[in-house]
Amino acid sequence: MAVKVGIPSSLLFYVFFPFWQSFFKEIGVQVVTSGKTTKSILDKGVREALADACVPVKLFFGHVIDIKDNVDYLFIPRVVCLNQKTIFCPKFLGLPDMIRFSVDNVPPVIDVRMDTRVGRFPLVKAYQEVGAYFGASKISALRAYLKARQVLNHYRALLIKGFTPAEAMARLNNPDESKPAPRPRENLKSNLKFAVLGYPYNIYDSFISVNILEKLKKLGVGVLTAENIHPFLLALQKNCGLPKRLFWTFSDIALKAAHFLFKHGRVDGVLHLTAFGCGPDSLLNKFIELEAKKHRNIPFMTLMIDEHTGEAGMATRLEAFVDMVRRRKEMIACQR
Amino acid sequence: MSKVTFPRMGESWRTFKMLLEDLGNEVVVPPRPSKKTLDLGVRHSPEFACFPLKILTGTYLETIEMGADTIVTSGGMGPCRAGEYAMLHHKILKDLGHDMKMIVFELPRYYPFNFIKNVWTLNKSRVCIRGIISRIKRAWRKLQALDNAEKLSHVVRPREINRGATTRVYHKILDWIDQAYTTEQIIEAEAAALEAMRNIPQDHTREVLKVGIIGEIYVLLEPASNLEMEETLGNLGVEVERSMFLTGWTRDNTWTETTQGMTVKEAAAPYLPELIGGHGRDSIGNTILFAKRGFDGMVQLAPFTCIPEIVARTILPRVSRDYDIPILTFFLDEQTGKAGMSTRLEAFTELMRRKKLLLKKKNVAQKNIYIA
Ligand code: SF4
Ligand code: SF4
Repeated sequence: MAVKVGIPSSLLFYVFFPFWQSFFKEIGVQVVTSGKTTKSILDKGVREALADACVPVKLFFGHVIDIKDNVDYLFIPRVVCLNQKTIFCPKFLGLPDMIRFSVDNVPPVIDVRMDTRVGRFPLVKAYQEVGAYFGASKISALRAYLKARQVLNHYRALLIKGFTPAEAMARLNNPDESKPAPRPRENLKSNLKFAVLGYPYNIYDSFISVNILEKLKKLGVGVLTAENIHPFLLALQKNCGLPKRLFWTFSDIALKAAHFLFKHGRVDGVLHLTAFGCGPDSLLNKFIELEAKKHRNIPFMTLMIDEHTGEAGMATRLEAFVDMVRRRKEMIACQR
Repeated sequence: MSKVTFPRMGESWRTFKMLLEDLGNEVVVPPRPSKKTLDLGVRHSPEFACFPLKILTGTYLETIEMGADTIVTSGGMGPCRAGEYAMLHHKILKDLGHDMKMIVFELPRYYPFNFIKNVWTLNKSRVCIRGIISRIKRAWRKLQALDNAEKLSHVVRPREINRGATTRVYHKILDWIDQAYTTEQIIEAEAAALEAMRNIPQDHTREVLKVGIIGEIYVLLEPASNLEMEETLGNLGVEVERSMFLTGWTRDNTWTETTQGMTVKEAAAPYLPELIGGHGRDSIGNTILFAKRGFDGMVQLAPFTCIPEIVARTILPRVSRDYDIPILTFFLDEQTGKAGMSTRLEAFTELMRRKKLLLKKKNVAQKNIYIA
C-alpha cells in the first residue's frame, strides 16, 4: 500500500495545493486531504487550540486532528519566505512546532523549511528534502518539482482569469472537460462589482467565511479578489505610500490590491474580510481603512469573522451594504 | 525648537532624556501609562492591535498635548508587528490631525545610513562624532545602573522585614541615579544605590521561591503595563528573575548575538527552531534554561493577541511537562484587573510551595531509606 501523506485543507492549501498534489503524485505518494471545513472540524480545532489563537489557526488544528489518524505523515512545511522579500505571519513560521507539541498522537510532521532568501535554488532543495522522506532520488524529486511548477502556473493563470480556487482545482483535475469555462469576468453582467479583500484561507473557505462569495453572487454582485488581479499590477503599487513595505506576504498583497482598486476605481465597493484575533490584520485593516477615507467614492466595509459568525447576521450586513451601494450608484447616475 | 518624545519603557526614560538633552534637544518626558493613557490608546488604535501599540498610541497623544512634535522610536524587520508600529502610529496620529515628525531607528546592521542620518538630525547642538560616542557611552552606563538597581530590588524585596521598604528605597535611589551626570557620578550613584538597597533589613532565613519571568519585551519592561506584577510576586515572598533587560536586549540586537543569546537559541531549538519575531523563541529557550537552574516556576507575560507569544504558549505546556516546571501565563490588555492577577499569583505561589515541600519530603524519605 502506498504511503499516505496528509495535507490539511486550510491556510496555504488554497495557494499551493495543486503544486503539492502534483508533486506527491509524481513521486508516488498518496495524498489525503481533510476536505471542506465542517462544523465538527471547527469544533475540534477550537477545543484543541489555544483560546487566544486566531480563528484560521484554530481551524488548521481542526483539520489536522481530522486526518491525523488516517495518514503516515503530515505535510506542514515551514514556509518562511517565497519571494525573497516578504515573509509569512509568525504563526506560519511556528506552525509545525505548534502542531507537533500540542496535538496528541500526531504522525511524523514533514516540516521542511522554505525560505528563498538563503542559498541557491532553495525551493528545489526543500522539495528534494521532502522527497527524501519517501525515498525519492534527487533527480526524480527535481522532475516532480518541475512538473508541479507547471501545474501551479496553470492554476495561477486560472485564478487570474477569475476562477475561485475550488473551481480552478476542479478544472485542473478534469482538464478535458469540454464544458465552456464560466468566464467569471463575463458573468458580471450584473451592474455591481465588489472587491473582497483578505487572506485566501478566509475568503475561499466557504464555511468560515459564511459563504460570502456565494451570498454576494446571489445578491447580483460580481466579485473580484486579490488573486484575480495580475501580480504585475500589484507590484506597481510599490510600498503603497508607506516608508517601508508591509512585510507579511498576504497582508502585503491585500494592501496592494486595496490601493490598486481605490486608485483605478474598477469596483463599486470594497469589503475587507478579517479574522477574529488576527495580528497582522489589525494593522492591515487600519491601513486600508485610512486609504478608504481618501476615496469616499468607493464605499468600504470591514467584516469580521469568528467561530460564532452566524449565517443570518452576515446576510443582513451584506444586504444592507449592497443596497446602500446600489442606491448610491443610481443616485449618481440620475444626477448625471 | 522642536520638542522630542519617545516610547516609555520602565525607568529607561531617564537615560533617553539625558542623551537627547545632551545632543541639544528639548525633551517631553512621556508620562507613566495611566488609566487616561489606556483610554486614549484604546479609543484610537485598532481593536486587535497588540497592547503595547495601544499604550504607545495613548502615550504619544498625551505627549502631544504636552507639546511634543517629534517622536523617536525604533523600527525593525519583523517578522512581528513591532516593526510596523512607527508607520501605523504616524498614520493614526495624522488622521487625528497631528502631523508628527517620526525618527525611526532601524537596525544599524541593515540600514547603517538610516542610523547615521537619524543621529545627525537629533544632533541639534552639532556635537562632534567623538562627543556623540562618549555621550552614548555615558547614557549606556546609566541604563546599566538603572537595570542593576532594579535587579537587586527583585532579590531584596521577598526578604524584606518591613513590607514596602524595598519599593520606598528603590524610588529614592532612582532619583540619585537620575541626577548623576558624569560617568564618575553615575558609578558613584550606582554604588550608593546598591549599598542602600543591601542595607534594607532582611530576613535571610526566609524560604524564598524563585520564579523566572518571560514574555514580550514591552510588557516585561513597563511595570504599569503588567500591573507591577514583579512587585506583587516579591511581596508574596518570591524572588523573580526577568529574562530581559534593555541593556541585555539592545546588545543582542545591535551587535552580534552574545553567548547568552546563543544558548537561549540552542535551548529552544528542539521545540522551536525558527525565529518567529518578538520574543517567542526566547520565551521557550529561557524556560528551559531557568528550569535547568532549578527555578520553582515561570510566569509568562504576553500582550493580548501577541503572535509570537501565542505560538510560544501553544508549545510551552509540553516544555513544562518535559522539564517539570509550572508555568503561569497572563495575556494582558486594558481589561486585566490587578485583583484577579493577584489571586492567580497567590494560587500559583501556593502551588509552587507545595510542590517544593513535597519534593523535600521525598528527598528526606529517600535519605531515611538509605540510612535504614
Ligand atoms: S495572518 Fe492572521 S489569521 Fe493568518 S495565521 Fe497570522 S494571525 Fe492568524
Ligand atoms: S511581539 Fe507581540 S506585542 Fe510585540 S509587536 Fe509582536 S505581536 Fe505585538
